[in-house]
Amino acid sequence: MNAILKSPFAWLLKREYWESRRGFLWAQVTTAGVILGITILGIIAGEVFRARMGIDGSVRMGAANLSEMLRSATAHDIGQLVKALDMTLLLFGFIASVVLFFVMFFYLLGALYDDRRDRSILFWKSLPVSDTATVVSKVIAAVVIAPLIAAVVTLAGYIGAQIIMSVWFLAHGVNPFSLLWAHIEPFSLWLHLLAMVPVNAVWALPTVGWLLVWSAAVRSKPFLWAVVIPILAGVLNFWVGLLGLPNIDTRFFWGDLVGRALLSIVPAGWIAPNSVGMHGVDFVNGDQLAAISYSSMAHAFTLPDMWIGAAVGIALIAAAIWFRRWRDEA
Amino acid sequence: MNAAAEAIAERPATPPAAGSETVVQARGLTKRYKNAVALDGADFQVGNGRIVGLIGPNGAGKTTALKAILGLTDFEGDLKVLGMDPRKQRPQLMREVCFIADVATLPRWIRVHEAIDFVAGVHPRFDRAKCERFLSRTKLHANQKVREMSKGMIVQLHLAIVMAIDARLLVLDEPTLGLDILYRKQFYQSLLEDYFDENKTILITTHQVEEVEHILTDLLFIRDGKVALGATMEEMGARFAEVLVNADKIEAARALKPIDERGAVFGKSIFLYDSADPEQLAQLGEVKRPSVSDLFVAIMKGTYA
Repeated sequence: MNAILKSPFAWLLKREYWESRRGFLWAQVTTAGVILGITILGIIAGEVFRARMGIDGSVRMGAANLSEMLRSATAHDIGQLVKALDMTLLLFGFIASVVLFFVMFFYLLGALYDDRRDRSILFWKSLPVSDTATVVSKVIAAVVIAPLIAAVVTLAGYIGAQIIMSVWFLAHGVNPFSLLWAHIEPFSLWLHLLAMVPVNAVWALPTVGWLLVWSAAVRSKPFLWAVVIPILAGVLNFWVGLLGLPNIDTRFFWGDLVGRALLSIVPAGWIAPNSVGMHGVDFVNGDQLAAISYSSMAHAFTLPDMWIGAAVGIALIAAAIWFRRWRDEA
Repeated sequence: MNAAAEAIAERPATPPAAGSETVVQARGLTKRYKNAVALDGADFQVGNGRIVGLIGPNGAGKTTALKAILGLTDFEGDLKVLGMDPRKQRPQLMREVCFIADVATLPRWIRVHEAIDFVAGVHPRFDRAKCERFLSRTKLHANQKVREMSKGMIVQLHLAIVMAIDARLLVLDEPTLGLDILYRKQFYQSLLEDYFDENKTILITTHQVEEVEHILTDLLFIRDGKVALGATMEEMGARFAEVLVNADKIEAARALKPIDERGAVFGKSIFLYDSADPEQLAQLGEVKRPSVSDLFVAIMKGTYA
């Protein structure tokens, strides 16, 4: 393990983290912190509101006092509570995923561009590191390191929320351990979030490759090239169809070409196409947790979309490596 | 091409007196861009343990030659650097070769300790203790970011890192561009005192010829993508001579086919000779060894015409 952490490749990953920790770590921590802050503000507002209304201090849910309600709780009620707690974790995970999407998108667009712009590429290239290792380290940073950090912050945010709830319960004389902590079992659900990281990673490859190619190839404005070109192509294709001329099926064009090129890094983006294949499970309307079951993840690897996208993504990454090697900054 | 350059081009470019082995060997090095030829069949060698100045006007192909040597660009012709092909063996080559291409190229986000940790992590020939010793002489501290440094401080950091790498060949492309005079002097001083030894080779391009003249062992003049002159400083001293001639002897001086003539004070003229007979020259006036910049100007005359 120690030898791995001290290998040159591990240093490349550390470098990516150093350069991008603002996005990888602090953007996530800040967002989770804001949610926790809003939770606290909400609780305080609720308390103030209740104090003004002259309602007694004990926690009320509906008509019943919380402690009384707990005593009379059925197994079903407990089940609902656990589900609500799971949803808290998923909420943190969802918000972290939104942040992660933007962080990954702009990280990948800048990964092979920023150092060309400020000419520090000449410093990196003065070291005995192959361009393949450099580019691969950036891929790994985007699809493994950033998501793992997001997952850890998700768990921390969730635990933070439970601590805030516990303080609130305590303030009202309710024992948080019997109500909350006895039912918290975040780890099994969290392990699902962790297990999704490799699935997301393979699914993300076409977008990773697409963004890296533009990042490595263009002289300026990689964002415009990477985003405007597919959208213009989509509009043009639609227009050609409008004229009644032969064109590519617009649904395929937007969904399978433009969508996969730009949006495959959306965490769990494979769920929707996967649900088409997995009959009997309605991911979108039914049990959301089934969508991220281990069997659903395994099933995602049976999708041709997954493998065709991965092959295209790897080809694009290879092109990015070629550009990184031979792009002449004259 | 002017007469001087022609006269010189007739002679084969003398390879620098190599040490035990050749560090760079280029034959017919050619690089074409879409609209221009940057290198046009350049031949040159760089011997082990030399400090070579690659000197030429803007657009002569200096930077392209360095990029080819460093494997940063594709080219035609034969080029071996430490016996390796820079196109195919770049990562291996970079273990033995180091370069500074304009000092302001350190990433702005990096901290001093991160830069050191990183280079120590990826470079097998980096001596961390040596680097820290260099840095201890400066005002830099471990947590400082490059974006918070003055240009001179960035130079100090970059130099401390590069000089702690035990490379066989160090390539410097306009290393002191944009630096004030204090740092420029300091730069070359530390290069000589703390870095250079007989197992190392340094290849420098610069416009500030006067600044490097005293440290060079070899000269490579490059013009229009070709090597116009390659010589050691000793050979150059033996071959070229500058004579301050009184007005009455100017005709005699011209008869000896100088490669350059320019006016001086009190009606005197300065003539530059290539391989002239020293005794004949002594009769004309005071003989001196020409400065690299005067030689450069003489050879490059007409380049901008």
